[in-house]
Amino acid sequence: MKTYKQVFAELKQAGRPALIPFFVIGDPDFDTSLEIVKTAIDAGADILELGIAFSDPIADGPTIQKADIRAMRSGMTVAKACRFIRQVKDYRDIPIGLLMYYNLVYQYGTEKFFTEFHKAGVNSVLVADLSIDDAGEIEGPARAAGLDTVFMVTPITAPERMKRIASKTTGFIYTVSVLGVTGSRNELSDTVEGLVARLKKLTDVPVCVGFGVSKPEHAAAIAAAGADGVIIGSRVVSLVEANLDGKQKMLAEIATFLTEVKTAISPA
Amino acid sequence: MKYKGRFGDYGGFYVPEVLISVLEELEEAFFRFYQDERFVAELAMLYKEYAGRPSPLYYARRFSEHVGCKVYLKREDLLHGGAHKVNNTLGQGLLAKYMGKTRLIAETGAGQHGLATAMIGALFGMETKIFMGVVDIERQSVNVHKMKLCGAEVIGVEGGTGTLKDAINDALRYWTAHVTDTFYLFGSACGPHPYPTIVKHFQSPIGKEARQQSLEIIGRLPDMVVACVGGGSNAIGIFSGFVEDKDVRLVGVEAGGASVSSGRHAATLVAGRVGILHGAKAYLLQDEEGQVRDTESVSAGLDYPAVGPEHCLLKDTGRAEYVAAEDEEVLDAFSLLCKCEGILPALESSHALAWLLSQKGKLDADQVVIVNLSGRGDKDVGIVEKHRPMSD
Repeated sequence: MKTYKQVFAELKQAGRPALIPFFVIGDPDFDTSLEIVKTAIDAGADILELGIAFSDPIADGPTIQKADIRAMRSGMTVAKACRFIRQVKDYRDIPIGLLMYYNLVYQYGTEKFFTEFHKAGVNSVLVADLSIDDAGEIEGPARAAGLDTVFMVTPITAPERMKRIASKTTGFIYTVSVLGVTGSRNELSDTVEGLVARLKKLTDVPVCVGFGVSKPEHAAAIAAAGADGVIIGSRVVSLVEANLDGKQKMLAEIATFLTEVKTAISPA
Repeated sequence: MKYKGRFGDYGGFYVPEVLISVLEELEEAFFRFYQDERFVAELAMLYKEYAGRPSPLYYARRFSEHVGCKVYLKREDLLHGGAHKVNNTLGQGLLAKYMGKTRLIAETGAGQHGLATAMIGALFGMETKIFMGVVDIERQSVNVHKMKLCGAEVIGVEGGTGTLKDAINDALRYWTAHVTDTFYLFGSACGPHPYPTIVKHFQSPIGKEARQQSLEIIGRLPDMVVACVGGGSNAIGIFSGFVEDKDVRLVGVEAGGASVSSGRHAATLVAGRVGILHGAKAYLLQDEEGQVRDTESVSAGLDYPAVGPEHCLLKDTGRAEYVAAEDEEVLDAFSLLCKCEGILPALESSHALAWLLSQKGKLDADQVVIVNLSGRGDKDVGIVEKHRPMSD
């Protein structure tokens, strides 16, 4: 199974950050969702960030929340999400970060949840509503299952806490570029550069930037700031939402957008 | 955070990283000010002169005859705004002022907390935004109007079921994006630490007064204290005064909705299973996978799938017991208190009355029961009319 280490090392050689699109598993339905993910892989995704739908996604804005609702209405379950991961891995050996809310893990049984998803091909877990203060509840089971842990850093995280977050993180640091929830924005926060620079000084753990990355120019700015990866969520999910009645157009638009981003973050 | 905010294993602060620093700031400010002489004096004055504390403990003679024991009502319905909510909004509002925040946001279900926040926003001259589910806006239009009269902006929340939990989701999201100047005035004794502790503290005058009034008026402690439980703020407020008095039975009454067995209810402690929602580990109404379930109740204020963490601990230790009252019983109790006492209880508080009525025949005539009448029912007249149309 391809690891983050391998991918980040390869990309260092290539001189560009990882392209990391985010999708909600099963949005708008299992089969279409799988086609979307395959399209993203073909368009050049280096790592996938995949979310499991939750009824009350407090860290997400309206775009992802609506995707969660679509996925749940189409009958997504934790077991189906696991099957989905296996099918993605059958298509391509690409590292997958899993994002979910804690209650889903807790109800399933943390050890069982992590073991099964790692077996299916997941590389890391990010629990959206679990900070490093309660990392103890997932760290042991994650390590035992062979999973990397991903935690978030925000523009208002104090340097001391950044260090602690980095010490708990084995996959990559998910850097939130703006204050707020997920969602497309016209302007990228001007704090990104400073934030990436501060993190880079503190840790060798790869730093990936997400939240509000919605244009190729944003991605280029993040690449220029020295980030190891660019996470694009709401923007690509909004392309799903905008094309619910036309699958081919949906896939084409996602492919086009990701290709543009890839070009923007690659050396000229 | 300085403290873990746990009640047994319940509670905690299960929130996205971006909220950690602002919860830390809130925790630090609360513990800095809550015993500060100037803060305490200012809040005491506001409780007395603005809210109308202490609220009376009233012997409901005619209602008592229907129950078969001595029923006293802790009249939180007489406070300014018509409910116990003002205790908490004054306390947190004052804290916001001391912290130098310029904007208040709040979630609301029945609209009582929204109104109590809007009042305090007006009182302190702060910009106020109230998040409210569109379903609740529809069923509590009078309170929506009152909030607007007090200068608050009411933001309709369409996501999910359009009720209290969705309003909390959106308020949390807004807070996440505006943490520097915004104070989230949380309405119940649930949510992430430090809210359960803060809200309990500001609601504790209910219990302190009730205990003292009981000793003065009745000459002894009550045998039982009954309160309705949604998130659980009025209940934890009154329970806190008696929790050390081991002989006083504490009963929390949840919303049984259509019926607990039908699954259409909001009786979290009665029928839920431990989970994590809105930053806390607590009993939760959820499906097998952990997706949060829709709730149903005639009372918007109790229509919430989780519950405060301290109630979870009180349930597990057996110090308090939790039961449910169904909508039909609640409407009966509402009508009865109107007819025999001339007091319109909130539908939320009517749950406590309804359960007590169900105990008729099981209680001795000289037993003393205090019911926390947490709010008045003017806001519910339209709902009651819809369920029980009056003949001309």
